[in-house]
Amino acid sequence: MAETAYWEAIRRAHDEEMANDELVIAMGEDIGVAGGTYKATLGLYDKYGEERVIDTPISENSYTGIGIGASMTGMRPIIEIMSINFALLALDTLINAAAKIRYMSGGQIACPIVMRTPGGTAHQLAAQHSARLARMFMSTSGLRVVTPRGPLDAYGMLKSAVRCNDPVIIIEHEQMYNLKEDIPDEEFFRPLEGAEVVREGSDITLIGYNFSVHLCLQAAKRLEGDGISAEVIDLRALKPIDRETIRRSVEKTHHAVVAEEDEAPVGVGAEIITGIIEDCFFALDSQPVRVHAADVPVPYNATLEKAAIPDANDVYQGALKALGKI
Amino acid sequence: MNDADKKRLLREMILYRRFEDRSFEAYMERKIGGFLHLYSGQEAVATGVLEMAVVGQGRKNDYVITGYRDHIHAIKTGTDPKAVMAELYGKETGCSKGRGGSMHIFDASQNFMGGYALVGQPFPLAAGLAMGAKHQKTNQIAICFLGDGANNQGTFHETMNMASIWNLPVLFVCENNQYAIGTRIDRSTAVTDQYRRVEAYNMKSSQHDGMDIDIVMAAAKDAIDYVRKESKPYFIEFMTYRFRGHSMSDAKGYRTREEEAEWEKRDPIKIYSRRLVEEGIITPEDIKAMEKEVDDYIENEVIKFAEESPEPKVEELTRYVLDDNPDPRWIGPLQQ
Repeated sequence: MAETAYWEAIRRAHDEEMANDELVIAMGEDIGVAGGTYKATLGLYDKYGEERVIDTPISENSYTGIGIGASMTGMRPIIEIMSINFALLALDTLINAAAKIRYMSGGQIACPIVMRTPGGTAHQLAAQHSARLARMFMSTSGLRVVTPRGPLDAYGMLKSAVRCNDPVIIIEHEQMYNLKEDIPDEEFFRPLEGAEVVREGSDITLIGYNFSVHLCLQAAKRLEGDGISAEVIDLRALKPIDRETIRRSVEKTHHAVVAEEDEAPVGVGAEIITGIIEDCFFALDSQPVRVHAADVPVPYNATLEKAAIPDANDVYQGALKALGKI
Repeated sequence: MNDADKKRLLREMILYRRFEDRSFEAYMERKIGGFLHLYSGQEAVATGVLEMAVVGQGRKNDYVITGYRDHIHAIKTGTDPKAVMAELYGKETGCSKGRGGSMHIFDASQNFMGGYALVGQPFPLAAGLAMGAKHQKTNQIAICFLGDGANNQGTFHETMNMASIWNLPVLFVCENNQYAIGTRIDRSTAVTDQYRRVEAYNMKSSQHDGMDIDIVMAAAKDAIDYVRKESKPYFIEFMTYRFRGHSMSDAKGYRTREEEAEWEKRDPIKIYSRRLVEEGIITPEDIKAMEKEVDDYIENEVIKFAEESPEPKVEELTRYVLDDNPDPRWIGPLQQ
């Protein structure tokens, strides 16, 4: 076991997968000579060369498309998009091509690309660097979407994503790259499907993904001080969603809160709560609660930004509301 | 090229014209749905270029990719016309198992990597196919056929730049039929000579008559040799004309009948037929017999196959969305 930062875990996964398979390449802006904005490919340019660690021009749609085309010949490209806002430029090749080629071709051609991108608010990055957008990808047939909450999943899910035969979107988070966790020294894989109960409890279920799992864990700790036992679920994958793990928990606790960093409309909370209503409506003792961002572009001003984005206190308050205590 | 090859090429072009004519009829009978974009008039380009490429040899083929006007490119690459027609009919025996339709012809067994409906989207995909071939040192190249209208997409500029800086072995074939759907090129495009536009990306290029298959083949041979030997991209522009509308819903109100008549005089099949007759390789009677043989083949084999093939099963609606047999080591689900 070694204490490893989130970015180091991603870097290690790149390194091992590139050493394991010549067909694995990495591409993105500043990932080569510069080592990556988040250091996810640090040193790999020197180790694997410019043909496998490819510094791209600022042309998100087409370099994603080139990665997709390469994947159609059997390559395994790991494509970094510096911010999820910039992934909007790549939606044509990603959603119109990668997500549909297997289906349109009657199963003949796979597009095993991995797209990694940070999707979340950090500190005053303003509206064009703070998008979350998970909801856009999770609503697209033909994609897998995963949200590693820490170094263990960041490493293990990236390795699985490289080997999986489907296009996989890995949504990271600017505030998590320096998050540390002990991870095993020997190689391991973490699956791309399945939610995880990260804290057991009996009174209420708090459901998060990506950074909001940490907000749920903080809220659970505070609830414990109030004598309330909260269970916390990390969704881990937003497509497909593991509804079974959610159902089992809600049937035990009878109360549910979903914490999402994104705006509410047509979002993760809406999808999860719909699933709860469809799967275990009669297990509920109260209406589920969504904790979410304000329906605004993310403001620059620090006070306004804080007001727009949910924090652990908002999740805590959401839990009290679900439990009828406020 | 020997006489037999010349006759074969003429027959291929006649087959491609008749295939599209017969598709038109099937569309009018509502046996083909969706959008249908026909290639009539432009046959010399795909036929001539791909005659110079590695095609018809399965997975050894060069990679070929194009837009939605894709039936003929697939057939010339090696796809069975029956499988293309069955795809237009939406049948399970279609080359895309009825999931793609006219605009999404795929045949991985011949490295025909698809028809795409998003104008300009194949540019980066083609460059990626070339990158994959180069990386795996297979000596294959990628050939991307698109119309002049695609060159006003951002993907054109982004991809020309990357193909050039990374020395990707990709041939971009611009089929300049002078209309972006229904907008004439000089009304949509600042520089109407398309081959000049890639000079900005330090890429070699040239422009040629696309109605004369001999000119197409000569130019394509040089371009393909360059791409394969130098492992560099090349942009080749062919001046051509589509005889039918953009798609079936197009009344061609944007073109004059006089302009159409002028181009029809340069029908690539007529030009090549005349040449072969003049060279004494074939007689007009032979051509008539060839047309009859092609028509019979299309009716008795191609159409019959499409008509008699089964529909996809509704129970298989959700197949092919993701890998249907994923490895649980990567996929899970998570064991707790």
